Amino acid sequence: MILYTLRRLAAVIGVLTAVAAVTFTIFYVLPSDPAAAACGKACSAERLAAIRAHMGLDQPLWRQFWEFVSGIFTGRTTGSGQYAMRCGFPCLGYSYENSEAVWDLLTDRLPVSASLAIGAAALWLALGLSAGTVAALRKGTLTDRVLMVGAVGAASLPVYFTSMMLIYGVIRVAGLLPYPQYVPFGDDPVGWASNLLLPWLALAVLYAAMYARQSRSSMIETMAEPYIRTARAKGLPRRTVVVKHGLRAGMTPVLTLFGMDLGGLLAGAVITESIFGLPGVGRLFYGALSTGDQPVILGVTLLAAAFIVVANLAVDLLYAVVDPRVRL
Amino acid sequence: MAATTSPAVPAGRGPWQLARAELRRRTSVKLSLAVVALFVFMAAAAPLLSSLSGWGPDEFDKSAVDPYLGGQPIGPLGGVSAEHWLGVEPVTGRDLFARVVHGAQVSLLIAFAATAIVVVTGVAAGTAAGYFGGGTDAVLSRLMDLTMSFPSLIFMIAMMSVARDVNRIVLMTAVIGLFGWPGIARVVRGQTLSLKHREYVDAARVGGAGPWRILTRDILPGVAGPVIAYTTLIVPGMIATEAALSYLGVGVRPPTASWGQMIAESVSFYDTDPMYFIVPSTCLFLTVLAFTLLGDALRDILDPRSARA
Repeated sequence: MILYTLRRLAAVIGVLTAVAAVTFTIFYVLPSDPAAAACGKACSAERLAAIRAHMGLDQPLWRQFWEFVSGIFTGRTTGSGQYAMRCGFPCLGYSYENSEAVWDLLTDRLPVSASLAIGAAALWLALGLSAGTVAALRKGTLTDRVLMVGAVGAASLPVYFTSMMLIYGVIRVAGLLPYPQYVPFGDDPVGWASNLLLPWLALAVLYAAMYARQSRSSMIETMAEPYIRTARAKGLPRRTVVVKHGLRAGMTPVLTLFGMDLGGLLAGAVITESIFGLPGVGRLFYGALSTGDQPVILGVTLLAAAFIVVANLAVDLLYAVVDPRVRL
Repeated sequence: MAATTSPAVPAGRGPWQLARAELRRRTSVKLSLAVVALFVFMAAAAPLLSSLSGWGPDEFDKSAVDPYLGGQPIGPLGGVSAEHWLGVEPVTGRDLFARVVHGAQVSLLIAFAATAIVVVTGVAAGTAAGYFGGGTDAVLSRLMDLTMSFPSLIFMIAMMSVARDVNRIVLMTAVIGLFGWPGIARVVRGQTLSLKHREYVDAARVGGAGPWRILTRDILPGVAGPVIAYTTLIVPGMIATEAALSYLGVGVRPPTASWGQMIAESVSFYDTDPMYFIVPSTCLFLTVLAFTLLGDALRDILDPRSARA
């Protein structure tokens, strides 16, 4: 188990380095010159060269990459003389746009994105798993049919469509909730939840539908296993058979899905965040794109990749806990 | 010698015939096939259809919008009339029918092309990894893991937004296709692993067939069923991704129409002209739904894990 975890951690670092390298190469090779953008229209050649040197853009690509990667761990100093900026561990560089440290920008925005992702995940797990399990236990009945047709329909709704319908129906027509305004959980938990309710719903509908479909088919498969028959033959109550024996094994494929989705969402709810005006990492990313703010783009991509990889690792370790048949 | 009565040969029906018969039995398949056919026809015949309606996708019609009401369409339901079958865009007065039909062309073209990239790459990588094993398998499997660890939507958005002077349709197809292949490659790899030591494959090997011949003649037909099913299930995801990218403004650029981009433009009018929002959204929803239903049915029938008793 410990050896396995260590091996996987090494793989995680490898994957993150590869993601960083690919992202770095693409965004620094593509035809856009941040130095020229920073310098403005009336720009002399000397001034441009000075800015390039300040940003470290005059170095060869591998050298820039090495500075970036080693800078994450040891910090680095950019520029020289009175313009020198010291950026401590973990250093992801400075935003070209407002010279703030990328790491600070990310950690400022992360609570918003995390609130959105975790709330939505709780909602879709509850909805999706219960719908899927009920449908599986009543396979072939009307309940099953209705639930599954609903799930296919809901899975076909793009998130911006659901969001617009919710904004129109709940905020505009019914006037039940105000337009979402992020309130930190620590300040006002009720305000936090009521403001995030619509974004949660908008995200959860799509995922709940996918999870209902997945958990239904996996529960049907599990409930046909011989050990379920054994449990039933022992005279266990139906509830115990379903919850303790069925769900436990039936949920492992869903767990894989969950790890990837949650990891992807933590830094990737770009559409939901921009529709509801939530100041999360997705919005930060979207803003950085329009200004060509490469350090921020790179930082968000790396953060998102880190979440995905770590979530996958966590899921694989959880497997061993949930499903006793899995040996690491 | 007395005439021997040969035993009655049961009418043999191959797996493909069985599958087709099963497909024909389902109402959901017929309905979704009809919807898919409708939209594919719309996309293929887009110029013809819009010339029938009399309006091109980029023709402005200032007489269909009311300049005193902020460019609101004149007439009920967003300006539906004999002239404009599905109404017009606010402000510009462009014909919605023509735009939605041309939008279908762009959306489906990108989705199908990206799916083709995904399927060809995925099947090639999957069969190679499964059949050759060893180092090939290790390298390809790591590559699959790596691709799956990329935050794909974020990465796609970023790549689309930095690219400037390129054909956006081609670029978008490539970018979307780039991240889809590991899913199908894993399915194919598993299937290939279970096939490669069957007797008939061993027989072919003993008979002196080379790897290329075995892969194309013996392995590929065996993985065709699941591949067809998963292909159909990939298409709706591709359509949705294209729409999402265009919705975010990094996909196809105006004046080229695509459904996602039309929805994005209509969002600011959702209050005053809901039809403008509803028309492209309905097209998107119906197409995704139809492909999902079709893929579900195909998977039930063609995937070996679902028993065909």
